[in-house]
Amino acid sequence: MTDAAELRRRTQELLAAHPPAGTDRLDFLKARFDAGLAWVHYPEGLGGLGAPRSLQAVVDAELEAAGAPDNDPRRIGIGLGMAAPTILKYGTEEQKQRYLRPLWVGEEVWCQLFSEPGAGSDLAALSTRAVREGDDWVVNGQKVWTSSAHLARWAILIARTDPDVPKHAGITYFICDMTDPGVEVRPLRQITGEAEFNEVFLTDVRIPDSRRLGEVGDGWRVAQTTLNNERVAIGGMRLPREGGMIGPVSKAWRERPELRTHDLHQRLLKLWVESEVSRLTAERLRQQLVAGQPGPEGAGMKLAFARLNQEISGLEVELLGEEGLLYDDWTMRRPELVDFTGREAGYRYLRSKGNSIEGGTSEVLLNIVAERVLGLPAEPRTDKDVAWKDLAR
Amino acid sequence: MRKAPDLLYSEEEEALRAAVRDLLADHCDAPGVIARTESDAPHDLAAWKALADGMGLAGLLVPEAQGGQGATHREVAVVLEELGRAVAPVPYLAGAVVATEALLECGDEELLGRLASGRAIGVLAVGLHRAPGTAFPAVRLESAALHGELTGIADAAVADVLLVPAEDGGLYAVEADDATVTPQVSLDLTRPLATVTLDGARGRRLGDAQPAVRRALRAGAGLLASEQLGVAEWTLTQTVRYLKERKQFNRPVGGFQALKHRLAQLWLEVASLRAAARNAADALATGEDTDLAVAVAQAYASPVAVHAAEEALQLHAGIGMTWEHPVHLYLKRAKADSIAYGTAGAHRGAVAELVDLRAP
Repeated sequence: MTDAAELRRRTQELLAAHPPAGTDRLDFLKARFDAGLAWVHYPEGLGGLGAPRSLQAVVDAELEAAGAPDNDPRRIGIGLGMAAPTILKYGTEEQKQRYLRPLWVGEEVWCQLFSEPGAGSDLAALSTRAVREGDDWVVNGQKVWTSSAHLARWAILIARTDPDVPKHAGITYFICDMTDPGVEVRPLRQITGEAEFNEVFLTDVRIPDSRRLGEVGDGWRVAQTTLNNERVAIGGMRLPREGGMIGPVSKAWRERPELRTHDLHQRLLKLWVESEVSRLTAERLRQQLVAGQPGPEGAGMKLAFARLNQEISGLEVELLGEEGLLYDDWTMRRPELVDFTGREAGYRYLRSKGNSIEGGTSEVLLNIVAERVLGLPAEPRTDKDVAWKDLAR
Repeated sequence: MRKAPDLLYSEEEEALRAAVRDLLADHCDAPGVIARTESDAPHDLAAWKALADGMGLAGLLVPEAQGGQGATHREVAVVLEELGRAVAPVPYLAGAVVATEALLECGDEELLGRLASGRAIGVLAVGLHRAPGTAFPAVRLESAALHGELTGIADAAVADVLLVPAEDGGLYAVEADDATVTPQVSLDLTRPLATVTLDGARGRRLGDAQPAVRRALRAGAGLLASEQLGVAEWTLTQTVRYLKERKQFNRPVGGFQALKHRLAQLWLEVASLRAAARNAADALATGEDTDLAVAVAQAYASPVAVHAAEEALQLHAGIGMTWEHPVHLYLKRAKADSIAYGTAGAHRGAVAELVDLRAP
């Protein structure tokens, strides 16, 4: 069993062999990966030591204190949070060896080709087709809401390999090479003026069968690993008090007494309290995970996060009054990082509208809580025993 | 930022919960509680004796040297969650928390020992609606005797000793036999209020009323959140169970999305209330960041518990409107709790001061 003391010892060994001050950033990250200190709960040889996940904090603290570079996790969030756990769980030994190291060190950026114009909440109805040709699959279709597609080397992709069976059964999960000539990425401009996301058009893209994850027809199950990790990534961030959307509006309230009204005061206090309770709920969830008792609160955290972000940013625009009528900049841009609290109030207000849509709409999440946590009956399904090709669309 | 509060339950706390739940299953079943509310003795003193004397829970907050158990607010909070789940008509919050905290502030060994052992029930004679840190009425002190009337005193009907603020700034112990306690017809049938009338009663000065009352009401408010959690949890659990069984239109009504979404939303509120209530209990136990933790918990808990009880009634529909079904006990408790120890609005006002978000 690898304990905290052992991890500290190994971290110090890494630092001694590769002093951060005199080592190239990428070389240091590769050495860290090879020492099993990248994600300690991963297996040995794949950047980890098979240690409890909670002990990662021990390594991170030692490295931070020594001024070591990190892998800029926000830039490679989709790879770290979604692709990696899926590859770890369903990948072949060869796939794990090939993809995880460049993913973790940030040499290769990943994106996610899941949503389609005709398959949003009903993701399993997706129509991008993959047809077997010899050792390859030939893929045609359109994906949407793909962040980082223009930066990505690889994508996790789900596509329909059998239209003659019910929709969940005919999907297969692939790793798609984003440099394939059949992949076309177009920015998708959104209500904030910028384009965080892309549309991705796939035309006769050839994917070797060796880049399939999991069995043919088992893609829906494989995708659950990806999606569950996405919800944790979106809702489970640890924040200090006033660390989220409530921070800027509280600051504005304190610094600009001339903007205060009684109505706004009552609303602000209610949202401040709810933000603090939401932060505590996330902290409690984290403590449960560390104690090895994962709770169902995770599904709920994103619901709370979306509603609070929207209400708080809406209040902030109102508080600003005359200034709230202005917007910082409508210029079309393709930001590399998404920061929900970045830029000004108007941006926050508009961007947070996406929080109740991306990563599962709030309506779908309420269904998930009702059915999986409370055990209430599922919606009547009219699509369960119908071949995908016969579904209404 | 202070060290993260411990928001979980320890194994010992879970064992305590199980023991209290067992005891309440024997003593406080819903039909029995309803029948009792209409009797001359709405309080269940047998259940109280079993909790206080049998299990030694009256003295959880009192150090062992003073005859108590030397536990903390964390354990008390677990007991209160269970009492809330059962809407148990016992003077636990009033006696083992609020009156006990006042006596701990005054340092009165004799009375602490009596209360901790369960031999006596103590009640602080401050109206249930008073928020911590706000003004409270006091009785006149004339030639060493107390005169006056105090209203809205929860559980005074079963008090053996009353802790009474007087106009000289002191807190006085008055034996209940020396006072006239008159029950008031109360919204909450399971935590009835009473008027306390003193007509030349003898009192023993325990200490200064101001700090004692402030400390007592702060602990009451913070731990009330755990009781409210128990109320909310019971109503949610029962409603989910009922909606799985109840069939209309040839399906369980719990399968309709309009109702599922309401219950899922409520579940999220209850899960969040659990974090807020554990945070307040932990802060009371450690003494760190206590005022804010209590104010946040109370500002959040009251609307959630009321929402849970109101949803329970609406979703039980006709049967929920009957006297026979226990949901009304929970609605009445939740609504009364939303006023007890200060409304959510009063506690939001406290938050505004504590985090410097001042009014215009």
